[in-house]
Amino acid sequence: MTTDLGFWVLQTLNALQLSMLLFLLSVGLTVIFGLMHFVNLAHGSLYAFGAYVAATLSGTLGYWGGFLLAPLAVAVLGAGLYFSLIQSQRRAGPMAQVLVTFGLIFVAVDATRLVWGDLPIGIAIPSFLDGQIALLGVEYPIYRLFIIALGLAILALLTLVLTRTQVGAMIRAGVDNDRMAACLGINVERMFFLVFVVGCALAGLAGAVAAPVLSVTPDMGLQILIPTLIVIVIGGLGSLRGAVAGSLIFGFVQTFGAVLLPTLSSVLIYALLAAVLVTRPEGLLPAKG
Amino acid sequence: MKTNMRAALAGLATGTAMLAGMMSQAHAEDIKVGMLLPYSGVYAALGQDIDDAFALGLETFGADAGATFDIIREDDEVKPPVGLAKTKKLILQDEVDVMVGIVSSGVLGAIRDTVDGAGVPLIVANAGNDEATGEACSPYITRVSFSNHQVNTPMGQWMVGQGVKKVFTIAPDYAAGRQMIDAFTAAFTAAGGEVVGQEWPAFQKTQDFGPFLANAKASGADAVYVFFAGGEAISFVKQYDSFGLKADMPLYGSGFLTSSLYVNAEGPAAEGVITALHYVPTLDNPENAAFVAAFKEKTGRIPSEYAVHGYDAARALVEAVKSGATDRDTLAAALPKVAFTGPRGDLRIDPATNNIVQPIHVYETVAGPDGLTQKVLATLPAVADPVNGCQMPSVN
Repeated sequence: MTTDLGFWVLQTLNALQLSMLLFLLSVGLTVIFGLMHFVNLAHGSLYAFGAYVAATLSGTLGYWGGFLLAPLAVAVLGAGLYFSLIQSQRRAGPMAQVLVTFGLIFVAVDATRLVWGDLPIGIAIPSFLDGQIALLGVEYPIYRLFIIALGLAILALLTLVLTRTQVGAMIRAGVDNDRMAACLGINVERMFFLVFVVGCALAGLAGAVAAPVLSVTPDMGLQILIPTLIVIVIGGLGSLRGAVAGSLIFGFVQTFGAVLLPTLSSVLIYALLAAVLVTRPEGLLPAKG
Repeated sequence: MKTNMRAALAGLATGTAMLAGMMSQAHAEDIKVGMLLPYSGVYAALGQDIDDAFALGLETFGADAGATFDIIREDDEVKPPVGLAKTKKLILQDEVDVMVGIVSSGVLGAIRDTVDGAGVPLIVANAGNDEATGEACSPYITRVSFSNHQVNTPMGQWMVGQGVKKVFTIAPDYAAGRQMIDAFTAAFTAAGGEVVGQEWPAFQKTQDFGPFLANAKASGADAVYVFFAGGEAISFVKQYDSFGLKADMPLYGSGFLTSSLYVNAEGPAAEGVITALHYVPTLDNPENAAFVAAFKEKTGRIPSEYAVHGYDAARALVEAVKSGATDRDTLAAALPKVAFTGPRGDLRIDPATNNIVQPIHVYETVAGPDGLTQKVLATLPAVADPVNGCQMPSVN
C-alpha cells in the first residue's frame, strides 16, 4: 500500500487540503496577534458562525450566495465585537483578553444552538465542483482541489498586499513596532480595526468552505480552535510565513500520522509542538521585532 | 382519669391516622419518575426526542394504569459528574420511585453504583454500552433501548449471505466504536468473511476522514463497514461519497450512521447506504403506524430510534405498574418481566442480563417523495446478548 505512488499522491492532496483550511483560519489569528498582541480565542467561533451563515444562505441563494456573504456577515460581526469588547480590552493584558474571548466561545456555542438548533446541518457541494477528477493517476474530489486552490489564491493575495502595497508596509511596520509606526504618522488604531475585520472575514470564509465537507455543528468552532492555535505556535506568532509553515506541518503530520502511525497519531502533533517550544520558543518563522 | 383520657386521645389519633392512610391507599397510586436526559450539550436533540416520546407513551398507555405519573426532569449535560449529582438529587431529595433516561454510556457508567446501591429501578432509554448489561449488570437496571453488540452482530452473518467476503472497517476510537466494530467483526469472520483492514480515527477530533478513506480504497475490500453517529456520521457519509467510493465499495454500517434524525443533512450521499438498526420509522406494522402518526401530530417530527426508546420506556413502566408494582422494589422486580409488541416488533427483557431482546432491521437509505427514507430489506430474528459476565442477583 505504501509503495503505491497513488497512495502518496492521494494523501499529499489530503494533507494540502487540510493545511489550506487551517491556513485560512490561522493567518487571521496570527496577524491579529502579531499586530495587536491580542489573543482572540473566539476565532474558532467566527469560523463556526461563517459555516452556519453559509449553510442557511445556501438554502435560498445557492452555495455561492453563502460563500460570498458568509465572510461579509462574519466581518460585520467582527466589527461589532471590535467596538464592544476588543477595543476596550486591547490594553488589558493577555489574562483579561483570554478570559473575555474564552467566555465568548461559550456564548457563541449556546447562541448558535438557540438559533440553529442542536442537530448538525449539512450542505451540498455546488454541482460543478461535485464529483472526482483524475489527477496524477488518482481520482480526487474536485471540491477538495477547489479548497487547495482557494487557499493558495488567498496566500498569493495576502503576500502581494503585505509585501507590495503601502497598507502592507504599514501593517508590517505595526507588527515590528506599533509605537514607532504611530510616531511616523500611521493611524495604528484604524489599521488594527482593518486587520481584525479582514481576519474575521477569512475565518468566515474558512467556515463557508468547510461546511460542505464537514458537518455544521455548534461545537465546530471549539474543535478547530486547538489545531489553529497549534499552527500559529509552531509557525511563529504574527507572521504570514509562519502561518503557512505551521499549516503545512500540521496538515502533513496529521494526515500521514493518521495513516502511517495510527497508534501515535493523536500524540504526534503535540509532541512536535512540545519539541518546537523547547528548541524554538518563538516558533519556526516568527515575525521580526 | 387523666391517663384514660390520654389513652383515648392516642387511640383516636392512631385511628384517624390509619384511616387517613387507608384512604390514601384507596386513591390512585402516584409514581414519581426521575427523568435524567441531556437537555443541553451535544445530545440535546436526542434527549428531546426521548422526552417527547416518553410523554406520548404515558398518554397512550398510562390512562388505565391505575396510577398517575409525576415526571421530574433533570439535565445531565452529557457530563458524567453532572449526571451523578443529578441522580443523587433525584434519589435522595425527590425520592423518585423510578428513573428513566440516560443517553450517554459515560453517564450510565458514572451513576450505575449509586442507582444499584440505593435500589432505585432505572429504565435505560439509550446508552448502549455492552458492560451495562454484562459485567456491570444490576437487578435495578433494565435496558429497553439496545446494546452495541446486539445492533451489529446480525449484520456479520447477513452480509456474508449477500456475497460480501472482504470488509474494511472504520469507527471512532472510543468504547462504543470499539464494541460495535468488534461485535460485527466477530460475527462476520465467524460466518466466513474476512476483515482486511481497520481504521480507528480519534473520537471527536477527526473532521477529515480523507486519509482513512484513501486507505480503505487501497485495501481491496468488497465493502466498508462503519459506525459513526451525529455530526461525524454526516461528515463521513458525505466524504465517502465525494471520494467516489460508493460505486465500487458499497457502504454498510451500524444504523446510527443514517439515522432518520439527520439523514437529510447527509443528502444524496446517503442514498444506497445499507445499515442495520433496531428501529426505523418506516417499519410496516400497526403499532408503528400508530406511533409515527401520534408522534408526528404531537411534535411535527418523524420519530427516530431515540424516540422509540422513550416511547417503549413509558410502555414498560406502565406495564410494570399494571402488574401491581407500586414502589422501588416492586418496580425493580416487575420491569424485567415486561414483554409487549411495540413499534419495533415483539420485545422482551432477558432475565439473565435485563437487556432488551428485539429483532434487528436491515435497511437501505433511499430517495422518497419527502427527502430520504428507509427501505427495510430484511428483519433479522431477535437474539439475546451473551451474558458477558453478568451475575444477576435477585432483588427480593
